[in-house]
This record gives sequence, C-alpha cells and structure tokens, in this order.
Amino acid sequence: MAKIFEAGNYGKAIRSDCKVSIELTKSGGLKIELDSKVKVYFGDHIISLVKRELEFFGIKNAKILIEDRGSLDYVIAARIEAAVKQAVDTDKEYLLPAIPENTNHTNKDRYRRSRLYLPGNTPKLALNAGIHKPDGIILDLEDSVAPVKKKEATILVRNALRSVNFYGAERMVRINQLPMGLDDLDYIVPHNVNLILVPKCESAEQIKAVNHKIAEIKKEKKIKYEIWLMPIIESALGVINSYQIACAENVVALAIGLEDYTADLGTQRTKEGTETFFARSQVVNSAHAAKIQPIDSVFSDINDMEALKQNVLVSKSLGFAGMGCIHPRQIPIIHENYAPNEKEIDKAQKIIKAYNEAKEKGLGVVSLGSKMIDAPVVKRAQQTLELAKIGGKL
Amino acid sequence: MKKADKFVINAAGRMVPTIVNGKKVIPFKGVNKYRPTHKGAAPRVPTCIDYPKDGNKIIKTLKEALIKSGLKDGMTISTHHHYRDGDYVANMVFDIAAELGIKNLIWVPSAAFPCHKPIIKHIESGVVHHIEGSLNGPLGNFCSHGKMTGLGYLRSHGGRYRAVADGELHIDIAVMAASASDMTGNSNGVMGKHPFGPMAFTKADVKYADRTIVVTDSLVDFPCYPWEIMGNDVDFVVILDEIGNPEKIVSGTTRITKSPDRLLIAEYCAKFVEAAGILKNGMNFQAGAGGTSLAFVHFIKEMMKEKGIKAKSVVGGSTKFLVDMMKEGLTEFIFDGQTFGLEAIASLRDNPNHIPVGIFEIYDFHAKGNIARMSDVIVLGSTEVDVNFNANCVSHSDGRMLHGIGGFQNCMLAKCTILAVPSFRDRIPVIKDEVTTLVAPGELVDVIVTERGICINPLRKDLIEATKNSGLPIRDIHDLKKEIDSICGIPNKPKLSDEAVAVVEWIDGTILDTIRKVEK
Repeated sequence: MAKIFEAGNYGKAIRSDCKVSIELTKSGGLKIELDSKVKVYFGDHIISLVKRELEFFGIKNAKILIEDRGSLDYVIAARIEAAVKQAVDTDKEYLLPAIPENTNHTNKDRYRRSRLYLPGNTPKLALNAGIHKPDGIILDLEDSVAPVKKKEATILVRNALRSVNFYGAERMVRINQLPMGLDDLDYIVPHNVNLILVPKCESAEQIKAVNHKIAEIKKEKKIKYEIWLMPIIESALGVINSYQIACAENVVALAIGLEDYTADLGTQRTKEGTETFFARSQVVNSAHAAKIQPIDSVFSDINDMEALKQNVLVSKSLGFAGMGCIHPRQIPIIHENYAPNEKEIDKAQKIIKAYNEAKEKGLGVVSLGSKMIDAPVVKRAQQTLELAKIGGKL
Repeated sequence: MKKADKFVINAAGRMVPTIVNGKKVIPFKGVNKYRPTHKGAAPRVPTCIDYPKDGNKIIKTLKEALIKSGLKDGMTISTHHHYRDGDYVANMVFDIAAELGIKNLIWVPSAAFPCHKPIIKHIESGVVHHIEGSLNGPLGNFCSHGKMTGLGYLRSHGGRYRAVADGELHIDIAVMAASASDMTGNSNGVMGKHPFGPMAFTKADVKYADRTIVVTDSLVDFPCYPWEIMGNDVDFVVILDEIGNPEKIVSGTTRITKSPDRLLIAEYCAKFVEAAGILKNGMNFQAGAGGTSLAFVHFIKEMMKEKGIKAKSVVGGSTKFLVDMMKEGLTEFIFDGQTFGLEAIASLRDNPNHIPVGIFEIYDFHAKGNIARMSDVIVLGSTEVDVNFNANCVSHSDGRMLHGIGGFQNCMLAKCTILAVPSFRDRIPVIKDEVTTLVAPGELVDVIVTERGICINPLRKDLIEATKNSGLPIRDIHDLKKEIDSICGIPNKPKLSDEAVAVVEWIDGTILDTIRKVEK
C-alpha cells in the first residue's frame, strides 16, 4: 500500500489549523480534496494555493487531502511543506511574502516586561497574540511541542514570523535545547526574528555555539540585522555560570526557569519561593553585573490575578525587569506592577527637576536636598519615568 | 398560493415581497417612518357561565384539551420558549396534531430551539405549513434549504407581541407551559418541580388567543399566587408528567467567556461606556446572557465598585451575575423577561426589586415608551456587520439561518447600542461590505466593538467627541475592514438562489429583508 504522509492537526476542538495528507502516485496528476468549514468562501483560493505549492516542490502526481478548520494561508502552506518534506528529500522552502509589519528590528535596551509564550505548533493562539500588547511574543519550539511534531512546528513558526502581525511585540523564538536547537536556527534566523531564547542554558560555550551558527546563516543569507539572545537558566549549574552566560555576545537578557530548576534541586516550588530565592537573586545579580535585563519565570496559575500581582511585586523588589506569561490576561497585571509606584515616580520627578535646574544654572554638581546626585542616578530616574509612562502611570 | 409574491425594493434597498403566505404585507419605509393608525386586535369575548362553577378546568390529556379547543386544519398554534432547549410542549402538541390527522398548521413559537428538530417531520408530512417566529439550529437550516411549505416569518420578540396585538397575527390556540398551576389556570414559572422564571413570552398569547391551554407538571392548591397567567384567561388546564427540562435553559451560554480575545472585547465595551460618560449613578442598562455580554457585566461591575456608582436598573436575561450585582447594591432593580439559572429564579421569586416584565413593556414598538428604549446602553452579539453599520444576527455569511432573531431589533432603540463581535471567525470576516441579511438598519447601530478596535457610527458625533481622547483604539470601520481582509483574504460571495425562504420583519411590522434559499 502506498504511504500517506501527514502534517498538521484536525479535530473538533482544533481551530485555525488543518491537516494535510499526501500520497504520491505514479500518474493521474494532482487529485486535491478539500474538506473545510470555509469552503464556500475560500475553497478556490485554497485549492489554488495547494497547486502552486506542489508545483513548486515538483510534485506532479499525488492524492492530497486537506482537512481544514479555518486556517490561514501561512498555516496551510506550512502544513503542505511539512507533509511534502516527509515524502521527498528537498531543501527548498515555500515562502509566502513577508508582511511589512514584521521587518523591524529591536534595540538591545527595549523594555521586556512581559513575554507571552505561544505553543509553536498551535496557530490559533498566535493569530491574536499581538492585540494583547505584550512586549514580546515567544513562538515556542521547545517544551510545548511534542517530539513528533518538532519538524512541522519549525516550518509553521518560520511562516508565522513572516505572516502574522504581532502588532509591535518583539518577535522571539524559543529554540530546542542544544544541540537540536542549533538546527532550528536555519528556519528562524533568515526571517526577521528579533530575539532567540536558549533554554536550559548552562555555559557560555553554548551561547557561543548559538552565536556561531547565527553568524554562519547571516553570512550565507547576507543578513545585516541584529539577533538578540535570552538564555534561560534552569539548573544549578546554569545558576553558577550565569555571569559568564550573561556576558556572552548578543545576550540582552537573562531569564530564569524555576520549574526545571526546582526539579534539578529535587525540591518543590512553593508560593513563598524560599527554595528559589538564591537562584533568582544570583540571576538578577549576574544580569545587572553584565548590564543586561534579568527576567523572571512564568507564573502558572492563570486564574489567580491577585497572586500574580503579589508575585510581580516580589519579583520587582528582587530586581527583575520582567517575566514570562502564559495567558494574555496576565499582561496588564505584569505591566502595571513592574511599573514604578507613586513614591518611585515622585522621587524620579524630583531628581529630574533638580537636574534640569542645575543644568539651566550651569552648575556642574546636582544636588537634591542635602544629597548629591550623579549621572547614573539621573539615568535611572529617566528610565523610571519612561517605564511609568509606558505602564500608563504618567 | 405562492409563498412570496410581488417583490419591490424597500427603503433599505432590499428586494422584499409584498405578499407573504397569501397575506398582504408592507415593505420597510425607513426607521421611524411608518405608523399604523388602525385599531388593534380584539380578543374573543368569553362568558363565565361557560366555565365550571368550581373553577376546575382540568382536562385529563393534552389531546382532549386540543380537541375541546377546536383544533382543526390551518389553525395557528403558539407556544413559548421559557424552557429554551429543554421544552417538551411544542413537540407534544404537533405529535398529537399528526395523530389526529390535522394539516397545514402554523406554529408561532416565541422562539424555536434544536430540541424542536422533530417538528421537521411534521412539516414534511404537511401537519405544519410554516413557522412564524425566531428560528435557529436544525429548523433554521431546514428552512434555509427551502424545505418549508410556507414562507418563514422572522419577528423580533417585540414584533411578535406587536403583530398579535395589531391583529396581524391571530393565534387560535395558545399552549402555555407553566411550572405551577392551580385547577383554574392561575399559574407561574417560579414554583413547582421545574421552575423556569418569568413568563414574559406568554402575555400576548394569553390575552389574544381564542383558546388558552395551560400545561403544567405541578398542580398546586388554589390560588396559585403570584400568578403571571390569571385563571380568568385560561380555558383548560392539563397536568402532565413533564413539560420541560430547566437544566437545558442554560445551553452553555451563561458563563463568562474564558477566551482572552472575547474578554478584551468585553473590556473595551466597558471602557467605552465609561469614556462616553454613560457610566453614572442611576444608569439603566441591558446585557444578555452570552459569554461576552456577561464579561461586559463583570468589567462594568468592577468599574462601578471602584467609582462607587449604582445603577437604577439592569434588564435581564437575568443571571447569577445580575443577582449578585443587586445583592451588592450595585443596581436597585432587575427587569426580567427570561431567567437563566436557579439563583436568578430564586431572586425573582423572593426579591420584590427583581421585577418580571412582559415583552410589551420591554420591547414593543407600540408600547407608550418601552424599557429597551429607555436603556442607556445595551451590549449585543451579532453574526455580521457591514461598513454602513447594518447588522445581521440570524444568518451566517453563507445565508443559512442558524441563530434566533430574539430581541436584537428591539434593543436598537436604546440610547447607545453596542455590538460586541470578533472581527473574524475561522477566517471568515465579520465586517462586510454588505450584510447577508439585514436585521438592524445601520443608523441604529451606534458602536461596533472588536478585539482590534472600536468603530463609532459617524451619525453619533456625540460619542465620537466624548471618547476622542480616551486612549481607546477607536478606528474607522473601513480601515478595520481592510486589516481584517488582509489577514483572512477576501471571501467569495456564496451563491444564493432567487427563491425566498423567509422574511425579516422590522419592529414596526414592515418587511425589512428577504432570506434566500441556500444552494446545496
């Protein structure tokens, strides 16, 4: 019996996705069957996409079944490519035009208060992620993707980077744990990704390897833009090596993942978090020493917004600049509570006022009351006010 | 007899019949342009000496009651939908009619639900000629494929009362489920084994039908009080083992949505209401029992608490959420036409400020002032809207009638009507160039709120002015449509046949649009 190659997902609870099944045949041309709830509206359009793509891959004879639950073109194209690549050996990539909104690049110091995790192989969650205004979105290839789905997920994530409007959020991808994660880079680097998260990072050498691979791809594809790195510290060894990791090239933020870290310690995560206090403080300290952003772990109870708020306040007081989130409703709570409080804003305003007055009078020394104010303090006050502004407190 | 004949183009630019099921009808003339001047329907005049002196009107079986009511070919039979998808009564009535060999009945439910799927076989066998009333699910789909003998006739809740009271829709026999009744027919929906709430949808039927049969599964001692239906209006009482399943009233819609996108829509609605200056002491508002509407209530409630604001009234579909608001002192009254859930039923029964209201008072265009029109804001869902703010709530973009018309049109009279919709569903854009079925004229839709922005009707300069510095994502509807089309692609227009399968009546009784047969 002829082998059928499949990619994608189909089922009652599945939305915005499709399953593609391809069976190569010897003759008879392309026999395309489309089962879709949007067939009356987009049937012709989808069939024509399927034909163009199969032609691109040089497939002339095949039976193709598309079982669709309202997926967009970039999803259908990714699923076809993933099925084709099981059937034939090809390095070709079927790329739809990249939308202009997804060609911008980000600054090293941009705010990274919230980063929303999206399972890389679940298109329905990606479509509207940007409207919730996280600072960053993470298309995840690691823990949220089943081992058998890794390959199709990389193709889908590549297409999402080109086609889904994330409305200004920094476009991040969490690759797989090294060395597998290095192969993911081929699909990610050429498509305007802004930042790559390196999971379970334990040494600066790993970051070096990632940088090396990125540089190779950039050279080959003649890419000029910067791609930032955010290693995730998730083990006892990673915590110990965190300063070296933080100092590695292109690293702009250091994140901590507490589920794996507590597992490594053989302990349980508690609400109070005493078991992770050292690791969190170490990561904060390493990041600040390397002048990059320390980023906290996710808070996993999506129904308890009050507990999230308390968690953010503790995180902020430890020195973290942001945290991960797993549900869009967490975003406003995170932004609001990492933002400076009234006391901090008041103090910052006073410092800036004193600084401006001193500048006007041509004074070299700035003082507030009896205290001298030096340049780093002024800079921090400016940052506080900007953070207050984007957090809606000014 | 042609189902629909003598088509003309009405004031909304829609081709509509002027003859429907053999009767003359008036095409839509424009919003507030048509005022009938005739006198209304007059009910049959009964005489007390024709009824038992002891007040006992109990008849052994529903069949016997229908026969005694004079059931015959071509009659119009009404039922109400307070049990929603848990109603048993309508199916029983038409099963009996089929058994008696009756043909060509017209069924006038206040709404039909998926549980009424068995009526399809009665239409196919000729027992039922057509349905006039809110259609959805399997019956709507059946009608959309042109399989109903007569033309479907969609009236809003208020429009149904109006048609009966105007004399346009004469009910021969009303079969009214009551969760408790005494032998005389004094009855309500809050007592007995299976309470369902107020009986708003029975009022026109009981007042104007030639014969009224009350069916109940809970006979109580005389007098059954409070009585929403008075025994004086009732011809026969039938006691059955079961009349409906109140657990099916809920049908999945009475929980706050968990979808982050829908929560965002609801939050935008609430913030808009605040920014527009509508959120103030003594406000009156209405929000349905759908997931997004409930989330809107949740956000409004938080704002009210924070700002110390108290509403005068909230109009239900009442839910636990509204009851909690009243308990917390955030609203003084609940006006209730339909209850969802046991907490709301208990509140209606026990709290004098939880007031059952009839459809006439809430929705009827011929009421001397109605509650919906006095509402400061109403938030509703919709299947489609267009760039001219026209709205559709009955059909999908492929033309299939899958959703009830309900009180949608009646709510358009509120001071601010907000449609809360996702901008696309499964790649199908919700914002169109032109709605597939016109259910509400664009000049009455004030605001469309989506997850990607808020569009204010250009006619509402006051709302545009009030919210211009609110920081809310207020957008031109054409601009939003462009964005949606760039995400979804531009869908093909489904092919619809020229054959009419149903008409949509406007609240004033004129014909607003025609629903066409869906090609296979």
